[in-house]
Amino acid sequence: MGTVRVQAENFDSAAEARRLVAGRTDLGAVVSFVGLCRDEAGRLAALEIEHYPGMAEAEIARVMAEAEARWPGIRAAAIHRYGRFAPGEPIVLVVTAAAHRGEAFAAAEMLMDYLKTRAPFWKRVRYADGSQGDWLEAKAHDDHSAARWDPAPTQSR
Amino acid sequence: MKAVYFAWVRERIGKSEEELDPPAEVATVGELIVWLTKRGEGYAYAFEKASVIRAALDRSHVKHDAKIVDAREVAFFPPMTGG
Repeated sequence: MGTVRVQAENFDSAAEARRLVAGRTDLGAVVSFVGLCRDEAGRLAALEIEHYPGMAEAEIARVMAEAEARWPGIRAAAIHRYGRFAPGEPIVLVVTAAAHRGEAFAAAEMLMDYLKTRAPFWKRVRYADGSQGDWLEAKAHDDHSAARWDPAPTQSR
Repeated sequence: MKAVYFAWVRERIGKSEEELDPPAEVATVGELIVWLTKRGEGYAYAFEKASVIRAALDRSHVKHDAKIVDAREVAFFPPMTGG
């Protein structure tokens, strides 16, 4: 099983990528994705992220097990932070390594798509004018993105 | 069983966790939501659109028809917005 971490502190994406390929000469591709806090055209002062301790790690691990079953031999790391984030600060990291780039890109995309829709994290907005905004609503297009990776339904005979 | 609440479900109920002792006829997650709704205004507000509420039993996602028997921890929360 790859690395799964849920933490308040920042991460080092380059160090995680180096760790995935350390001592390996058969891996030809590394893909790193970092999700950052966005300022929404200057309106957003911060994002606050709440999580379900214990389940967050468990759910990301389940998603990673699915990716590893789908692309045997890949290596992966996923780190999700919680707490308060100013615009520009990193929130989530997914790194994948594989023999070829196709698998590495696909596995990274699947991990992110599933992580967004299944890992128990919730974002709330803090506005630049000092007001506390609402909890963000889940986006339908995130569900559609994640559904691309769902196993095909079993054919009934 | 222990119940835990997150995000606006937690805020509407006014607490993050509590011990629940539902009667035996409350068999599923959906029935537990109906039973909780009768406990007060905060619960009724949190569960006013029950179909959007996500649930987990012992830290795994479940649907509302899941049986709660033997579960040690039930969680209720809005759709996830991480990533």
